[in-house]
Amino acid sequence: MANISLIPCGDFKTRYAADTTIFPTRTSRNFAILGVALLLLCPAFMDRYWLNLCIQIGYLGIAALGLNILVGFTGQISIGHAAFFGFGAFSSAWLSNSFGIPVALAIPLAGVMTTAVGMLFGIPAARLKGLYLAIATLAAQYILQDFFSRADWFTGGTAGTIAEPFTLFGYAFDTDESFFYVVLVYVVVMYILATNLMRSRDGRALVAVRDHYLSAEIMGINLTKYRTMSFGISSFYAGIGGALYAHYLQFVSVEGFTILFSIQFLGMIIIGGLGSIMGSLMGTAFMVLLPEVMQAITTALSGTAIDAALNLKDAIAFLREMAIGLVIILFLVFEPDGLAHRWKQIKAYWKLYPFSH
Amino acid sequence: MTLLFQLLVNGLIVGALYGVVAMSFVLIYKASRIVNFAQGEFLLIGAWTCWWLLTSWQLPFWIGFPITLAFMLVFGIVLQVVVLRPMIGEPIISVIMVTIGLSIFFQALMKWMFGVFAKPFPTIFASPTVNIFGLDVQTVYVMSLVISLLIMAGFGWFFKYSRMGLAMRATAFDQQVAQSLGISVRHMFAMSWAISAMVSAVAGVTVGVVNGVSSALSFFGIKVFPAVILGGLDSVAGAVLGGLIVGVLENLAHYLDSQWLNWGNMYEIAPFYVLIVILMIKPYGLFGTKDIERV
Repeated sequence: MANISLIPCGDFKTRYAADTTIFPTRTSRNFAILGVALLLLCPAFMDRYWLNLCIQIGYLGIAALGLNILVGFTGQISIGHAAFFGFGAFSSAWLSNSFGIPVALAIPLAGVMTTAVGMLFGIPAARLKGLYLAIATLAAQYILQDFFSRADWFTGGTAGTIAEPFTLFGYAFDTDESFFYVVLVYVVVMYILATNLMRSRDGRALVAVRDHYLSAEIMGINLTKYRTMSFGISSFYAGIGGALYAHYLQFVSVEGFTILFSIQFLGMIIIGGLGSIMGSLMGTAFMVLLPEVMQAITTALSGTAIDAALNLKDAIAFLREMAIGLVIILFLVFEPDGLAHRWKQIKAYWKLYPFSH
Repeated sequence: MTLLFQLLVNGLIVGALYGVVAMSFVLIYKASRIVNFAQGEFLLIGAWTCWWLLTSWQLPFWIGFPITLAFMLVFGIVLQVVVLRPMIGEPIISVIMVTIGLSIFFQALMKWMFGVFAKPFPTIFASPTVNIFGLDVQTVYVMSLVISLLIMAGFGWFFKYSRMGLAMRATAFDQQVAQSLGISVRHMFAMSWAISAMVSAVAGVTVGVVNGVSSALSFFGIKVFPAVILGGLDSVAGAVLGGLIVGVLENLAHYLDSQWLNWGNMYEIAPFYVLIVILMIKPYGLFGTKDIERV
């Protein structure tokens, strides 16, 4: 079964291994490898602008995946993800600046530090669920934001902090072209890790906690352990994403990690699809490209009557925020399963292509 | 010592406003089990509407204010019917996210329409301060306290004696039973949003008169969470008490901070530390009902 090249019209799996495999067919695996290979060529023909967007999608996508593990797979709500993302950024900069730890090592260490902080705020998570947890993480968002602006030794206070570029064996990845590869490697590794996590015993436990936590507990799943673990994993991903962000921009300022940013993360996973690994990346791409598309529309409309009536040029910042809110609402009302679901439907259509009934 | 006393009075006045907003938050939660993250935006929209009526149309306060309230009533109903009604039966995260989406949408819309800078209300009272027991208290504060108390009393009467209030309580208690008694649950949901929007707008206008209208008003919607968690999510009386405690507490924290600690910004952050502590010790608040789950 593992060696067929096309998906059969129906479910003919006879072993659990076939059900949990990452790539159901040879073709899908080849396509995934081909996709990564094509991405490797990107810096050769993309200009800086597009590379910048791709890198953004990369590091935000890692953090969004973390949030999706927490929200989509474990069913815990976090409204403080941006604060953890920020913590990762600052810790990586702090580690490499204050202790001279090489950046390549500081990034995973920043992930570990963020995990520790995430677990700290995850202690209430062990007892709380749903709504109460949402409010607890809201508090975490404000407390951490306040901490950033106050802890001069850690974040450089209001002035922000400089982060070293990513270097490996003396080669500095300080251009968009080279940093693209760093992000790509991290994205591939982190996404494979998450996919494998979800195939494992622990991953299934997380999903069980989401689907019905009482039944899960009765089946012998330790709720406290898995809720806290999920919080920790999610913070780890946020920390890695944040650290990559820090070493990409080479500067971290305290202002960026607001609640709006947290909501944007939630928007990404809702648009992409809660409980879908690749959906996280699709949602991130959507969220990153949304302002660009809006910018393009505004430019296209400039000079017309609509522009004159609404004064679009000055309004673009607010229009972006409005679009984020609107997109979240529209997706929840009309496509609650997100882009990943759409993608599945497209695939299902082609699976049965000429005879779809 | 005078400073401390002044801060306590301030805390009680602001706390009463928190209580009012928390009450309207609890109203929605009780009736429809929706946690409304857009509560602060109700304040914002109400305040801006009133400000717009008073400045652009030059209406006197006693005409502009009722128009604002009427608008908020309609706004609340429309919002519930158009956005929240399709969400009935969806998982809790979806509903929370819809209200968060609404919150950032309206916040940005208001910034777009009215700008980002605080704008002062036209003067409503002839004398800016009144002297109460030797303390200079701003007239608007007195007004806000009176309004808050009136709203609280009004809520008390509404839920105890009025037909609709009783119907609403029945709906909150058990939707199916309420329906079998001939109460229109959909109607009650819409009304709870309408009343909540209206009451929040009163608070919004009051704060607007004191501090000027700006998007900072929507922070009230966030500050409400410590208050309602402290009081218990589904307790109206708890919401009032929680609001008062949070109001006094943040002023005390401010006092402590300005006198000894000098950390800065404690005024804003202290309630959130308290929130975390409460959630750890007593997650259902002082008066909230504890969820008992049966399989």
